[in-house]
Amino acid sequence: MSENNQKVGLETFHYDNTTVRNFLIATTIFGIVGMSVGLLVACQFVWPEANFGLQYTTFGRVRPLHTNAVIFAFVGNGIFAGVYYSLQRLCKTRMYSDLLSKIHFWGWQLIILAAAITLPLGMTSGKEYAELEWPIDIAIALIWVVFGLNMFMTIIKRRERHLYVAIWFYIATFVTVAMLHIVNSFALPIDFMKSYSWYAGVQDALVQWWYGHNAVAFFLTTPYLGLMYYFIPKASGRPIYSYRLSIIHFWALIFIYIWAGPHHLLYNSLPDWAQSLGVVFSVMLIAPSWGGMLNGLLTLRGAWDKVREDAILKFMVVAITCYGMATFEGPMLSLKNVNAIGHFTDWIVGHVHIGGLGWNGFLTFAMLYYLIPKLYGTKLHSQKLANVHFWIGTMGILFYAIPLYWAGFTQSLMWKQFNPDGTLVYSNFLETVTQILPMYALRAFGGLLYLSGVFVMVYNLIKTARAGTFQPTTEAQAAPLMKDYKPEKSEHWHRRIFEWKPMRMLVWSLILVAIGGVIEIVPTFLIQSNVPTISTVKPYTALELNGRDIYVREGCYTCHSQMIRPFRSEVMRYDPVDLEYSKAGEFVYDHPFQWGSKRTGPDLHRIGKKYPDSWHFYHMLDPTSMSPGSIMPPYPWLFEQEWDKARTPAKIRAMQTLGVPYPEGYDAQAVVDAENQAALISKGLELEGIKMSSDAEIIALIAYLQRLGTDIKNVEGVAEGN
Amino acid sequence: MLKFIKHHMETIAGIEIYPVISFIIFFVFFIALTVYVFKADKKLFNDISNIPLDSNDTDHEIDNKN
Repeated sequence: MSENNQKVGLETFHYDNTTVRNFLIATTIFGIVGMSVGLLVACQFVWPEANFGLQYTTFGRVRPLHTNAVIFAFVGNGIFAGVYYSLQRLCKTRMYSDLLSKIHFWGWQLIILAAAITLPLGMTSGKEYAELEWPIDIAIALIWVVFGLNMFMTIIKRRERHLYVAIWFYIATFVTVAMLHIVNSFALPIDFMKSYSWYAGVQDALVQWWYGHNAVAFFLTTPYLGLMYYFIPKASGRPIYSYRLSIIHFWALIFIYIWAGPHHLLYNSLPDWAQSLGVVFSVMLIAPSWGGMLNGLLTLRGAWDKVREDAILKFMVVAITCYGMATFEGPMLSLKNVNAIGHFTDWIVGHVHIGGLGWNGFLTFAMLYYLIPKLYGTKLHSQKLANVHFWIGTMGILFYAIPLYWAGFTQSLMWKQFNPDGTLVYSNFLETVTQILPMYALRAFGGLLYLSGVFVMVYNLIKTARAGTFQPTTEAQAAPLMKDYKPEKSEHWHRRIFEWKPMRMLVWSLILVAIGGVIEIVPTFLIQSNVPTISTVKPYTALELNGRDIYVREGCYTCHSQMIRPFRSEVMRYDPVDLEYSKAGEFVYDHPFQWGSKRTGPDLHRIGKKYPDSWHFYHMLDPTSMSPGSIMPPYPWLFEQEWDKARTPAKIRAMQTLGVPYPEGYDAQAVVDAENQAALISKGLELEGIKMSSDAEIIALIAYLQRLGTDIKNVEGVAEGN
Repeated sequence: MLKFIKHHMETIAGIEIYPVISFIIFFVFFIALTVYVFKADKKLFNDISNIPLDSNDTDHEIDNKN
């Protein structure tokens, strides 16, 4: 600032470019990996055999790999690259510690590697977007703290008194992601790579979607908004349209976002007040989201001629437009009547990919095209190729999203179609799946286009890098801040309290988001009546518990829900005899909950006793034998592997710790009980001409599937309970 | 652990007022914020919003090359 310059001389220092470059390379590599895996799973919808007949590459295990790779590896490394570049320049100082930068970079890559190994092996916590097991969760927390420490120390030793708004977004990202990750990851380990969620049923669902929703908010949105506020002015050469608006944007966004999680659970077994809370705050979210979008777009006012020529600006414009679309669609989908149509369908998948491919993807590409030439001290190899990438990518997004919107609507309407006599027109779920297979094929084509564009970019960037020389540092000059600087009384409170005080900013952001979380979650723990207990609901038997672990390991929740909503179309379809929708009290022993969020296959909550054991046996061996045309892959390994006897006592003990009422000392009895139940199932199968060892995993899985949703119908149990 | 939290929450007298208080805090905060951004010094906001464009390093030489 000028007042300083007069009193203190300029200091010369060097920005660290190496860490920035490393993160940029990582985001590119993991972008390709994550998108390729995405393309693979997209192909498996059309060609189930694209799982190569291996358990490690089957949809239920690879889909979490795709989501984790794209969110935490591609976008995560993108965030860090952008933050390390912009933070140094906004603070006019080098990053606080090169060592911390290194630990952060390599630690994060090791976590990604661990995820890439464990997820295909079926080591999963079974909670969507938080699948990684507890040792990796701890590593994430530690590395996140390293990142935070490095960031805060950099901010503290800055040479620019004002914290530019981008930094606020980075701070909010750091504190909120830390809080979400820690709260949601509470689990009780039973050994190195297996744990049970600390929460059960409704509580687990509420915590999980509070996390899941805000992972979108604070991992995919706020850091990228920070990047938007930095890189759009940089790339367009003009300051942000309205700094005023950015201040309101920031506080309103972080305050409102944190409350909106329950909109993922509308019409589910969640107390009504929580659902309404989610709806109201989701609708309110339009205001700050669109405020931010307009702020970004209006920055380019008077510069649209540049947009026509500059590929970087084109990527940015589409990114912000997609952000606007996704943040309009989100609140709309949160209205209960719209949600009734969209939830569990491909509409949601289309929606998140507008955000993922458009907002995160395109902004990352813009950043790469902007930064690589700078870091290598040269020009971009080819503007033409960048434009080609832009158009292929844009077409990719359209080919991806439009068919899925179409598929989502089609399937949802088919689910709800009734005959005049009150029966379902498409009573066989499979009819609603085969109908939309062409849409799935188009979606895979869209993904292929998008990925091809990335390869064009990689070629272009490699050529660019080869043409220049990497500059490990950039020299800069600025005056240090005066130590004894006292703000004038006339300075405004907001500046004195927040804009100059990073630690206070951190604390206040945390308080703001924590209050939302506490009010949303604590009452569920507090008030017993929020989850009415059902006396007939009993803990799983030891064998069923093992079967459930197999269900979780195979990621069945990625295609099947366990949540029948209170609609006539759903109870008619999934429980035609008793017409029972899913009740909150039925899930009290579910650690973790397995409600799912997408129905590629039918809901399974009332699958118990619907079919004979032999049906499940043949169905798991070859789904098309029982459901011709099914796109579910076969699970032959379940017939060769043995269910987990060794860890069964530990599993029972863990469940007891979590409050599941097994009798005292039951862990010693559990294996024998499980073996007896398995022998019974095996004998039953034998009567139907099937020879199968009672130790096979399929037996445990059948036990679990046959138990699902049956407790509520157990009339004898009611008598006992009373 | 949850029992622990539950017990403490239950023993707080008049806990029903907490959500009302938090609503008032946030409402006042946002009103004050709005008043602030509209009353604040325009020149200062201009200065701050130009921070990303400050060319205090050698990067801008590359910009000129482009």
